[in-house]
Amino acid sequence: MSRVRVTSTTIVYGVLLVVVVAAAVVTAGRGRNFFSTGNLDNVLTATTILGLIAIGQTLVILVGSLDLSVPYVVSLASVVGGGIMAGQAGGIVPALLVTLVVCGLVGAVNGAIVAGLHVHGFIATLGTGLVLSGYLGSTYQGSSGLAAFEWRLLDATRLGPVPMAFLLMLGCAGLAVLVLRRTRLGHHLYAVGGNSEVARMSGLRTAVPVVVAHTTCSVLSGLAGLVLLARLGVGQPTVGSQGGYDLMSIAAVVLGGTLLAGGKGNIAGTLAGVAIFAVLDNAMGVMELNPFLKDVVRGVVIVVAVAVYARRELDRRPARFDRPSAGDAPPAPPPGAATPAGTTDKTLEASR
Amino acid sequence: MSAPATTPTGEGARRATPTVPAHSGGLGRRISVGLVTPGGAVFVLVALLLVAIMLTNPNFTDPGALIRFVGRTAPIAIAAMGQFYVIVSGEFDLSMAAVIATQVVIAGNVIGLEDSRILPGLVLMLVVGAAIGLVNGLATTLLRVPSFIVTLGMMLALTGLVRYVTGGAATGNPTETFRDIGRSGIEGIPVLEILPWSVVVLAVVAAASAWLMRRPFGRTLVAAGDNPDALAHAGASLWWVKTRAFVLSSLSATLAGILLVGYAGVHPSVGAGYEFTAITAVVLGGVVLGGGRGWVLSAAAGAFALELLFLLLTALGVEATWRDTVQGLIIIAAVALAARTWSGVRRPRAAPSEPTPEPTPEPTQSTTEGDR
Amino acid sequence: MTTSSSPVLRVRGVTKAFHGNVVLRDADLDLHPGQVLGLVGENGAGKSTLMKVLAGVHSPSSGTVEVDGRPVVFGHPVQAQRAGISTVFQEFNLLGERTVAENVWLGREPRRRGLVDVATMVRDTTALLADLGVTGLDATRRVRSLSVAEQQVVEIAKATSLDARVIQMDEPTAALADHEVALLYSIIRTLTARGVAIVYVSHRLTEIFDLCDVVTVLKDGAQVATEPIAELDEARLVRLMVGRTLEAFFPDPIDGTAPGEARLELRGAGNGYVDGVDLTLRAGEIVGVAGLQGSGRTELLEAVFGVTPLTRGEMVLAGRAVRPRSPRQAVRAGLALITEDRKATGLALHQSILDNTLGVVRAVFPRRTAAARRGVPTLLATLAVSARALSQEVRLLSGGNQQKVVLARWLATDPAVVLMDEPTRGVDVGAKYAIYEVMRRLAADGRAVLMVSSELPEVIGMSDRILVMRDGRLAGELPPSSSEEDVLALATGVTTGVTAGATTGATTGTQVAS
Repeated sequence: MSRVRVTSTTIVYGVLLVVVVAAAVVTAGRGRNFFSTGNLDNVLTATTILGLIAIGQTLVILVGSLDLSVPYVVSLASVVGGGIMAGQAGGIVPALLVTLVVCGLVGAVNGAIVAGLHVHGFIATLGTGLVLSGYLGSTYQGSSGLAAFEWRLLDATRLGPVPMAFLLMLGCAGLAVLVLRRTRLGHHLYAVGGNSEVARMSGLRTAVPVVVAHTTCSVLSGLAGLVLLARLGVGQPTVGSQGGYDLMSIAAVVLGGTLLAGGKGNIAGTLAGVAIFAVLDNAMGVMELNPFLKDVVRGVVIVVAVAVYARRELDRRPARFDRPSAGDAPPAPPPGAATPAGTTDKTLEASR
Repeated sequence: MSAPATTPTGEGARRATPTVPAHSGGLGRRISVGLVTPGGAVFVLVALLLVAIMLTNPNFTDPGALIRFVGRTAPIAIAAMGQFYVIVSGEFDLSMAAVIATQVVIAGNVIGLEDSRILPGLVLMLVVGAAIGLVNGLATTLLRVPSFIVTLGMMLALTGLVRYVTGGAATGNPTETFRDIGRSGIEGIPVLEILPWSVVVLAVVAAASAWLMRRPFGRTLVAAGDNPDALAHAGASLWWVKTRAFVLSSLSATLAGILLVGYAGVHPSVGAGYEFTAITAVVLGGVVLGGGRGWVLSAAAGAFALELLFLLLTALGVEATWRDTVQGLIIIAAVALAARTWSGVRRPRAAPSEPTPEPTPEPTQSTTEGDR
Repeated sequence: MTTSSSPVLRVRGVTKAFHGNVVLRDADLDLHPGQVLGLVGENGAGKSTLMKVLAGVHSPSSGTVEVDGRPVVFGHPVQAQRAGISTVFQEFNLLGERTVAENVWLGREPRRRGLVDVATMVRDTTALLADLGVTGLDATRRVRSLSVAEQQVVEIAKATSLDARVIQMDEPTAALADHEVALLYSIIRTLTARGVAIVYVSHRLTEIFDLCDVVTVLKDGAQVATEPIAELDEARLVRLMVGRTLEAFFPDPIDGTAPGEARLELRGAGNGYVDGVDLTLRAGEIVGVAGLQGSGRTELLEAVFGVTPLTRGEMVLAGRAVRPRSPRQAVRAGLALITEDRKATGLALHQSILDNTLGVVRAVFPRRTAAARRGVPTLLATLAVSARALSQEVRLLSGGNQQKVVLARWLATDPAVVLMDEPTRGVDVGAKYAIYEVMRRLAADGRAVLMVSSELPEVIGMSDRILVMRDGRLAGELPPSSSEEDVLALATGVTTGVTAGATTGATTGTQVAS
């Protein structure tokens, strides 16, 4: 292994570069400039919301769980925040505090169900998502609440060419990176996601990282809802589900090289994944593709991305004889091996 | 538990080993034992809810009203049975609602107002349904993408297509003859007045499902959910077994779509939320997520229990918008409980005489004790 | 090698029972700083149990453990580690996606001003590795990219980072190449020079004689001898290990059983795990395969059965050249494989006895299901399965009855060649005998049986011929009259003068391979 290691993050940024170049070419073909301030501003704005959620989703997936409740948390934050703010500048601070605490509680409940009741995150958050969906549908009809003018500035202000909200997202990303790399909690998050039995044998309390990851994810989703409130001016009970943030955030995380089964991955990759989707969307917009067809493209990209990464997860005991000459690469499973689905769904096995 | 053969060596003792009976106890005992499993308890739940509703709403005691309720619930029950195949094999199908919407739109656009196109239209719908299931299944088994990702991606793609075709709004309904499959029935039946076609379809699907689950395919499917490794070692084509489950699921969604056109007409949001409702029904029917345990008719019963519960809540003055919340709570509670109760029932009272913790397992091969 | 007067580890009367089944009885050990204690015994002798008790995985049913004269009780492996006993299991407790340093310090990450001090972590790890005489292992590499030997070094480094006074090693060389074994030797010498005591579990007698100061022999859960290595020679050690207190009994072949035509032939067969296998299995024959753990026994069966298909050589099944590329093809060709772990790969535990018995037929020959269904009661009766009903879930059966159901599901396919991997593991005595009888009957019916077993009496008592595997190859063939010593000698590569052609497996070199 003397050659330079090609990490998955490198690959993702390579893909991002390719996508950006392709988008630039397509845009130029339409007689426009992809790198114009206006267009870049569009791209950055588009990454903000999904970026915030995907950072949280990264933590949850790293710890070996999953969060499907994010769209409803986003919606909840948007209407609760808007309701408390009620258009008044003085309402901003209480609105932020209450909203984020409420979202944090939702996340804590998710984490407690996953870690305490041993229900897999997929089911647990599907359940809490539905609970929230029922609450939102019953309590709010149409848009509700109003953002204060000062809060709307968060979306309207630019620092040079960069939107403030985007900087907020980057700040959260930086914080998450710090936590993952430089705190025990972050290290233990990887450990529990990688192999909770090894973590337990090493004396870790495995429930803690799970609950913290879920709580953080919900708080970040709440923050995303508040940014949407700033952008739209009013709270909307369906803003989250319309965005399809559950699937999109999972897709961005996986596209960014994080293992769906947990234990491996990083925030930088996720941000690249988010950016890839934003650039693709932007390019499709320039091409005036029907917005509904965009979903088709997204769906295909997601499945293909996961399929490509699924190949990398394969792991077999090393061969004694005829090792592949390439070196340390694990041997590919023999073609036609009879256990194709035996290992497909590690993530969901725990739901039993 | 049976007495382990501890007094073995005498030849005569072993020769005398009696044939193992097919079942222990008589039919009555088997039913009573079955009813305390989650898969059986759901039938009790249905009965209790039915009584409760009849008490709150005397109209419901009318056989005609009852059969119409069954007819209305048929699409969900059929979808739940479709979802059952996938879940019992250890996977998920989240594309059901999108399949329903797709089929509804196909019905509207292909069949249109021409009665002569009904048959070709139906064939097309079934082919499309099977194709979607095939793609879901192959992507899950051969590409090894977790099924919930595959089917979520499928959902996204199909929903996008449907919205693209319809422009997101209601479009022309198919001919009345076609819609009658979903909303009319055989009239002039004594007591019931009318026997909705949807009830007939439901009965046929239920009977076929029950039959299929007793066939080699059905038993192999359950075994695939229980222990895929053992099944692979037994020489099964795991990928094909599971793929067929996805095909059955999509075909069920197609049937549900055909029935729903009658009620709801053609709109891209027809069937919305059906995947979650179907999963909730399956879970409520005591089927264990992750596979390996559960009965197909319990899944259908789960759908009825769910609908009855919603009716009861409506009767009690709870708004219909709380449906999702109820479903969410049911999913979490049922999943947390089901695995425990299935294993709790029929466990021998005596301490396990099973010498399971083998003193010296060779850990190299199989320390995968923590299977799920 | 300093032998100080006070032992660092003192074990007295440790007994461990599972569900009333005693697997370790009155174990006594004294381990002094810098000593290497060899722990040897056959499979099931109680070595692993003793290790796990000391590692804090199991708590003893009775008896005491003292570290440095202080009695200790462990409820969790971490407590054992804190008390100074670290264990390197065969299955490493490492996170593949994390770096060497992160693994070594997991749960004890050094911090500075609240943040994990990655630089210190890496520096300390590098120092630990250097202390062990290991260079060239970058502390920032991900564990997944390391070889098995390097991962083992990481585990040992982790143990030293915990200031372990005692390090237990479970079959540390099972997966190592020769030059890697040399590295391990040098690490162990480094450790003992520092006063660390080692408990060394191994089947390989060469290593025991190379490394150990004292050897404890376990047999059937009891300690049969603890002697300084100087007072032992290989022949005596082998004699101590083998030989049963309880004489096992095996049914005689059924009259008229005679080897017929060849059913399974392998010529130069191999894949990634076995190599150059030549064997002939005849109708009516029971052929035993012996060998140490990791010698490729299971892999041989898996290769024949298409689980990990053969990639070279010839395979002839009943006169027809076939090379199954999947279990499905193997089953269709008339093979059956009773896997060694019935819970993982043999049964669907939540399904009924009937469903499990018909499992293979339904999966591969669905058209034969009805006929097979009719035969189930007879089949289960011949196997003497005792159960309440066919509808009973298999997980509720005893181990012996479960194993009989495994046999039943394969016999239902009417196989010509039956491959058995540890057919009597975890099975009570009565069921064992019943399974032996089934094997005899299979042979009498003209089927061929290839049986892998790590219980030597079983191999010797049941086989018409004994094949011995070593390092993925067939090391030789022995007649049924062979003694356990003969088999063990051939399997370990020890030359006791009994067998020819056995070369020593492990090098005794002590040079650090860097």
